[in-house]
Amino acid sequence: MLLVIEQFLNGLQFGLLLFLLAAGLTLVFGIMDFVNLAHGSLYMMGAYFAATFVAWTGNFLLGAILALGATLLLGIVLEFVALRHLYGRDHLDHVLATFGLILFFNEAVRLIWGPAGLALPLPAWLTVPVAILPGIYYPAYRLAIIVVALMVALLLYVGVMRTRVGMLIRAGASNREMIGALGINIKLLYTMVFGLGAALAGLAGLMQAPILTVQIGMGENILILAFVIIVIGGIGSIRGAFLAAIFVGIIDTMGRAFLPNLLRQVLSSTAASTAAPALSSMLIYLLMAIVLVLRPEGLFPANRR
Amino acid sequence: MVDPLLRVKDLVRRFGGITATDRVSLDVAQGELHAIIGPNGAGKTTLISQLTGHLTPHSGSIFLAGKDITHLAAWRRSALGLARSFQITSLLTDFTAADNVALAAQAHDGHSFSFWRNARKESGLRRAAQAALERVGLDHRADVLVSRLSHGEQRELELAVALATRPQLLLLDEPMAGLGITESARMVKLLQELRKEVTIVLVEHDMDAVFALADRISVLVYGRVIASDVPVAIRQNEEVKRAYLGDQHVVTAHG
Amino acid sequence: MKNFDMRTAATALMVAGLLLLPLYSQLSGNVFALTLFTRIVILALAAASLNLIMGYGGMMSFGHAAYLGIGGYAVGILAQEGLGSGFIQFPVALAASALYALVIGALSLRTRGVYFIMITLAFAQMAYYVASSLARYGGDDGLTIYKRSDFGGLINLSNRTQFYYLCLAGLLGVVFLIWRIVNSRFGVVVQGLRSNEQRMQAIGFPANRYKLVCFVISGTLCGLAGALLANNTDFISPAVMYWTRSGDLMVMVILGGMGTLFGPVVGAVVYLVLEELLSQVTEYWALIMGPLLLLIVLFGRGGIMGLLGRFSRG
Repeated sequence: MLLVIEQFLNGLQFGLLLFLLAAGLTLVFGIMDFVNLAHGSLYMMGAYFAATFVAWTGNFLLGAILALGATLLLGIVLEFVALRHLYGRDHLDHVLATFGLILFFNEAVRLIWGPAGLALPLPAWLTVPVAILPGIYYPAYRLAIIVVALMVALLLYVGVMRTRVGMLIRAGASNREMIGALGINIKLLYTMVFGLGAALAGLAGLMQAPILTVQIGMGENILILAFVIIVIGGIGSIRGAFLAAIFVGIIDTMGRAFLPNLLRQVLSSTAASTAAPALSSMLIYLLMAIVLVLRPEGLFPANRR
Repeated sequence: MVDPLLRVKDLVRRFGGITATDRVSLDVAQGELHAIIGPNGAGKTTLISQLTGHLTPHSGSIFLAGKDITHLAAWRRSALGLARSFQITSLLTDFTAADNVALAAQAHDGHSFSFWRNARKESGLRRAAQAALERVGLDHRADVLVSRLSHGEQRELELAVALATRPQLLLLDEPMAGLGITESARMVKLLQELRKEVTIVLVEHDMDAVFALADRISVLVYGRVIASDVPVAIRQNEEVKRAYLGDQHVVTAHG
Repeated sequence: MKNFDMRTAATALMVAGLLLLPLYSQLSGNVFALTLFTRIVILALAAASLNLIMGYGGMMSFGHAAYLGIGGYAVGILAQEGLGSGFIQFPVALAASALYALVIGALSLRTRGVYFIMITLAFAQMAYYVASSLARYGGDDGLTIYKRSDFGGLINLSNRTQFYYLCLAGLLGVVFLIWRIVNSRFGVVVQGLRSNEQRMQAIGFPANRYKLVCFVISGTLCGLAGALLANNTDFISPAVMYWTRSGDLMVMVILGGMGTLFGPVVGAVVYLVLEELLSQVTEYWALIMGPLLLLIVLFGRGGIMGLLGRFSRG
């Protein structure tokens, strides 16, 4: 039972991280109609920056904030120098150009930090177990992730629901005239939105760094999950992305934790140990396949046809 | 009493808070040329899209020759003899005029799961394409890329493509859109000939053409049919005049 | 009036070069060139199969490398289990690829545009993870293939030259097949669907059926490339299906010129030769390759074939 709660919370935490990543992706896609595969690279940079700045300053929080700022800056520079020239082009062009960026980033990281990957140790005050319920303990840091991510999600929600920019996101607007007609400086808006997306990716990257990984190529693996979430959650919908991310996070984590045992009840031991890892990794994609069959537009699409 | 070729009953289609199609009912008899008119935003194209299957109505039904086609896929309706031309020219721009028409003929000439023989050398298809192009007067432009055709020629090609599918019902969405005076006159003459062979539903803004061609007219305002009668009666209908024909001089001016 | 077409000239030159390569390799003693170009020819085959759905069909699939893996693992797994005959391995590779394409295609074609790209990517990554979890067949480390596919007395795959010509024959055969297909009834429908799907539905074509069949044909042909690839490296691992490999294939198609017959071949040759040359210059060749890709996208319309076409008109 304890294990179930723990895995559930782990799933929730993973799902929230995925949401941060997916939200950034959807934002950029929703406002600028831009497909950014290099979003995963920004996630990776967030992690690398965090590991580096924390090591330099010796202070976890300071290092994290610096990393966040650095990723934000990186995103803005990227948009300004390269990506803004691609707005309005075919999505395929976006895919290819940002694919090239991924190669570049992975190689640049290898050049600067070496191929081995980094570690980001947690300060002592974040490693204590916290009693969330009488007798049930959960690591403080993971709890912190959940809290921070939920707060950011709330901020995003307020931003999307209450501001003019948010209205554009909800309308799925990528129409320059319409945006201009609302008296908003388009170029500045686009740059800011991209920066926000980069910051979200960087935040997700730096938050997971101490408990998961800081290595080359980490962005790509998780980016695909973000795609799956957007597809499951629904086209153009941040609320859908939130729900889908939680759902996916929980299913993936708990699936990996409990599926092998479940299978062992049903199948022979050898069959279970062969099938279990394969099935666990396939679980999310099977989910996506089912959603596609039943509801091709996702579970909570922004526009109902 | 013969069944109408097209029967629309209480069709409803909403977009968020707006009811684009508000319990629309109309009948089109076989051999009739039925015009649908209405101010901009009345929901004419939305109606056509539901008739062709590109949009699903929220309630109501559509019958073609007595058969319920309300939820039938667009391509199946084409097989049943429903053809359409688009308001905004929608042709295959990297193909020639003849290719476009031949493809339409091909769609109704058995299946296309043939992987080896060159489709452009199929004489049957090429002849059918030639015939349709002659009908609209484009046979001399058969091998020209669509992107190189004039706007007027493209509108005529749209018609040829629709004809090549050998329809029993032709839905024309503003075929005169963007045409000059001479071209419009040619189109009207063409439609006068075509009406003898095929039932036509015509959505148009060009009032001269509408009153010259139509057997019956339905007037669509804010998604509702406010009148459906012969042209003479429509001309005298007070509600119609108020809602629409009051701006007649603006509407009938050629661009 | 000059009938000189730069595109045809370049293509003829390239094909001639590919045909004569083993001769050059023998005369100069440069064996590496032969193995390099065997790999290039195989990947050109894969790119040509991708071009069918991308260039002609307008379906941007970011998961094509999955078929390289499926074809390869068909050979590897059967070899491991003692079924070394190419007459069994290759048909199985094709059938498995076709089946996968059928299922994935049916699901993916429920979406369009960027979602289609994302979903094909996701499914290919799924294939990667599944292959990684097959402990019996090497998992992450991959599977060594100790004996190449056995075709009896017909052809000896272990002979580098014979194998090269087999691959080249496969490539040219596939290009020829694609040529017939795109001009057939089926082909014009698929091209029409790329041009204007709504129009095609309106004249009476069930779009998804034709797209799915095109998808399956494309995947099956790539499975062939996969089976050849496994033989070429005597090894198969999940890395072959990693999503960046799908990206590589897309780049080859676009670089060469989408929707042209020999574009993917040109693209594969140029991309892989460039990669080879750059990697000899610097270990960090991707640093150059990345921005280069960006520049190509920004400025290179229609790829290399497009460029040559513009020179012809000039």
